[in-house]
Amino acid sequence: MISDAILDVQNLSRTYTSGGHALTVLDDVSFALSRKQTCAIVGPSGSGKTTLLGLCAGLDLPTNGFVSIAGKRLNDLNENERALLRNEHIGFVFQNFQLLPNLTALENVMIPVELRGERGSEKQAEQLLQRVGLGDRLDHYPAQLSGGEQQRVALARAFINRPHILFADEPTGNLDAETAKKVVELIFEMNDELDTTLVLVTHDFELAQRTQRVIRLRGGRVADDSATVSA
Amino acid sequence: MPADHTSALDPSVSRSPRGSLLPWFFRMAWRDSRRSRQKLLFFSLSIVLGIAAMVAIGSFGRSLENAVEQQTKALLGADLLVQSRDVFTGPQKEFLDALPATQSEQILFSSMVYFPKADGTRLAQVGGLSGDFPYYGEVETFPTNAWTQFKRGEGALVEESLLHQFDAEVGDNIKVGELTLPILGALRKVPGDNEFFASLAPRVFLRMESLAATELLGDASLARYRRFLQFDTEAQLESAVTQLRDRRDELQLRFDTVEERKENLGEALRNLYRFLNLGGFVALLLGSIGIASAIQVHVRQRLDSVAILRCLGATSGQAFTIYLIQGAALGLAGVIAGTALGVGLQQALPLAFANFIPIEVEFAVDTWSALRAAGAGFLICMLFALLPLLQVRTVSPLAVFRRDLDHVPSRDPWLYVVYGAIAIGVVAFALSQTQRWQHGVAFAGGLAGALLVLFTVARLIVWAVRKMKWKNLPFPWRQGLASLHRPNNRTLLLMVSLGLGTFLILTLHLVQHSIVRELMPENQASKPNAVLFDIQSDQKDGILKLLEEQNLPALGVSPVVTMRIASVKGRSTEDLIKEKKIRNWVLRREYRSTYRDHIADSEEMISGEWVATASPGADVIPISMERGIAEDLGVGVGDEIVFDVQGIPVTTRIANLRKVDWRRVQANFFVVFPSGILEEAPGFFIVTTRIQDSQQSAAMQRVVVKNYPNVSTIDFTVVLKVVEGIVEKISFGIRFMALFTVFTGIILLITAVLNSRFQRLRETILLRTLGASSGQVMRIQVIEFLLLGFLASLTGIGLAVGAHFLLTTFVFKVGFSVPVLHLALAIVLNCLLTLSVGLLASRTVLKRPPLEILREQG
Repeated sequence: MISDAILDVQNLSRTYTSGGHALTVLDDVSFALSRKQTCAIVGPSGSGKTTLLGLCAGLDLPTNGFVSIAGKRLNDLNENERALLRNEHIGFVFQNFQLLPNLTALENVMIPVELRGERGSEKQAEQLLQRVGLGDRLDHYPAQLSGGEQQRVALARAFINRPHILFADEPTGNLDAETAKKVVELIFEMNDELDTTLVLVTHDFELAQRTQRVIRLRGGRVADDSATVSA
Repeated sequence: MPADHTSALDPSVSRSPRGSLLPWFFRMAWRDSRRSRQKLLFFSLSIVLGIAAMVAIGSFGRSLENAVEQQTKALLGADLLVQSRDVFTGPQKEFLDALPATQSEQILFSSMVYFPKADGTRLAQVGGLSGDFPYYGEVETFPTNAWTQFKRGEGALVEESLLHQFDAEVGDNIKVGELTLPILGALRKVPGDNEFFASLAPRVFLRMESLAATELLGDASLARYRRFLQFDTEAQLESAVTQLRDRRDELQLRFDTVEERKENLGEALRNLYRFLNLGGFVALLLGSIGIASAIQVHVRQRLDSVAILRCLGATSGQAFTIYLIQGAALGLAGVIAGTALGVGLQQALPLAFANFIPIEVEFAVDTWSALRAAGAGFLICMLFALLPLLQVRTVSPLAVFRRDLDHVPSRDPWLYVVYGAIAIGVVAFALSQTQRWQHGVAFAGGLAGALLVLFTVARLIVWAVRKMKWKNLPFPWRQGLASLHRPNNRTLLLMVSLGLGTFLILTLHLVQHSIVRELMPENQASKPNAVLFDIQSDQKDGILKLLEEQNLPALGVSPVVTMRIASVKGRSTEDLIKEKKIRNWVLRREYRSTYRDHIADSEEMISGEWVATASPGADVIPISMERGIAEDLGVGVGDEIVFDVQGIPVTTRIANLRKVDWRRVQANFFVVFPSGILEEAPGFFIVTTRIQDSQQSAAMQRVVVKNYPNVSTIDFTVVLKVVEGIVEKISFGIRFMALFTVFTGIILLITAVLNSRFQRLRETILLRTLGASSGQVMRIQVIEFLLLGFLASLTGIGLAVGAHFLLTTFVFKVGFSVPVLHLALAIVLNCLLTLSVGLLASRTVLKRPPLEILREQG
């Protein structure tokens, strides 16, 4: 445990009941990340990566152990308080972009700010979309954008609240190599600009190597937790 | 990187102050509804008809009350109506003449009238009138000046329908008894009279001065003697009413005040209003189920969006609010359209129900009533909408990653709260619309029962279709059957809406069919179908001879002696009335009794023994009493009753109780005396016969009226036609309301098909890709819709037959019969309707290239 940890995960376990059988997806996982740190969570399919991400982001509660974000224990918060915390401190980027299909690019980006009841979200969203190179696509709907463009909109949405921590789940999983490269560059650039802690779930070894730390999961347990060479 | 691009990411830039989220909820609801608005608006049609019905009826109800209030005095034509079954006695006349009021007199009795030009006769209600009646309101005639001429004593006024029946015109003659006089005009509306009943017994008005010349008023004639009174002040009226009440036993006068009329009419109209409202409510409930179903599909398509919003920090309450606003907007659109339609519809209601309402109802929209109905409709609709909307609250943000794990709570406790609120709402509404709480609970219970049966049967069918093996069936059949249980299918909704519509309409039809069938004389071959009454003792033999000459059988000859009850089991009628344990009319009514030594074939003795004869000198006369009236009087075999037989007290003891089949066209009696007692008492005879056709009927009536003008004939074949017409009018009113449910069912069918269009589209694309021809795809859909129509009809028919059995056995007490052909026709019509509406709504799926539509859907 580190004293200035933005994300603190201690003895985390998650068991699901499916078809009457208990299935432990995550077993006694512990790690901590400080501000600005970048980390990749890697592992084969079914190793518990996405479950860990969901628990870290407060989307689900652990069976055992706890998660703290910015010093707040998620176990002590109710669902609405966790939602508020997500809005205040967390940004998300998903493999399949997860944009609201009936909202324009601009409106999608505005949501986190609007959810806080703040005004002036339109200008901020416009600036961010220009920053990711979509200044001319503000009024386009997700269906009218390419995969790479959709992911860039998702990036702008993730950063608009200037989050303390960004969770990215296979951000390049649905993109071709060239587009993936551009999106990765953007993630790291914007992450750097905002001093955000980055947690990246990926299969992509090369991408994982760009982070400062790689946590390998196998069978729901931490198999390896090490600093990367490039970092 | 340009400077202005970075400001949004600059950590030093402070965040804007927070404001209310309310505007954002509306904005999000609006944004999220893009590309669904048209569809959502169409779904809102589900409740339009239910709301329209309730708004129209609510506003119409207020108009009715206003009309009753404004036309109160015209309801009676006078301040007070006093009447007696006998000629006013000396003390009665003295009392009435002493009242400080302007008075008009009327004598009303039934008699045959003869139209010389058409050479036709018909039983009519003849009224002799003196004085300036009506004091309030106007008599409507054609031509309009006919009433003025009538008051001058220039001729008769005749019911308009009667003139039409005999092709008679103004200026033609009419013969009433021995008097022939010119027809001055057609009677359309008379203050105080109900035109609905006038269709059963058409009216002929004469001046009182002419009445004697008819020579129709014999001593035993069944006439009513009436006085209409107009007072100068309310106090005078109140004093007269008080005296009539206080001296009721002494004066023996029945009276009717404007207030009583108003109360009675008001209650009758309120009943009509409540009945119509319940009809509208069923349509609204069905529509609300449709809305709930449409929202369920909409919400299901939005679960991903909800999960994303939850990830981005929206609380479950915030996400729920967005979709609640959409649901409310959808309901509101339906309510607004329904209210507009309802206001228009209100104009049609007085036309549809004109035959039942004895007053003029002016069209006026009562804003408060309309708003109240719209508000209640909106509330019910929203309660139903909440059922699917509550799903939004349980969507986990984790669903953005995985939807395979059981992370969604299976049941939201709020769901039970909403179910409870719906149950309370439905029962409360039903209770508010029925006079007795038992009726309210029965309505709500019946509706819930019907819905439960429809849901259960639909579920069973879906389950059975899935479980059964259809390997040997051709491909389109297998696919059509599979469509009934495919994920997101609309089978349940369609089965319920189509089944409920079929159930309501068919129940009405079956009950109407049974009642009319019971009444039709052809079902009672060789039974009497015409009655001659008011035959004086010295006319009996002449009438029987006359019937013989006409080749008509005298199927029954019954003497009738009128009497009143003086005491029951030793207690006087006056005491019993004060006790209020026995209903007034049972004690006060005039009993028209007969005497004979045998039991009639329409009767069955259920207790005691039959006494055929008695000697005039006996102290106590054994009598036979009808079971129902004995129950009303609280008497049984062995109990003593004293009758006042036209001034002479006759002590009787109940020797037996009889069950009487009142539906038979023949003289039936509450009280039957043995032979040997009443033979000398003044009375008249009733003779029943059977006529073959209208020609024979007309010939017989002509001869009778010419030779015995005081003798009246009722041809039940004509009366039954009138009754059939009345039943038809009433069932038109009921069907009119049931149609709202049926049309709502059709809208639900269309919306359900549209809702599942995307699903169908995917299947169609897949099938076509795999090589299915468009003909095969078409056949699959035809089979699916036909199966839906067939199964829904079958369930609706099952329910209707059950309800028909209960209604005919316990309410109408008529024979239970099921016209199988009608049921088969109902199935065919239902299948055709479902098929045509279904194919129409999904025609784009069949006709347009699938990829084109897929692109449109995004």
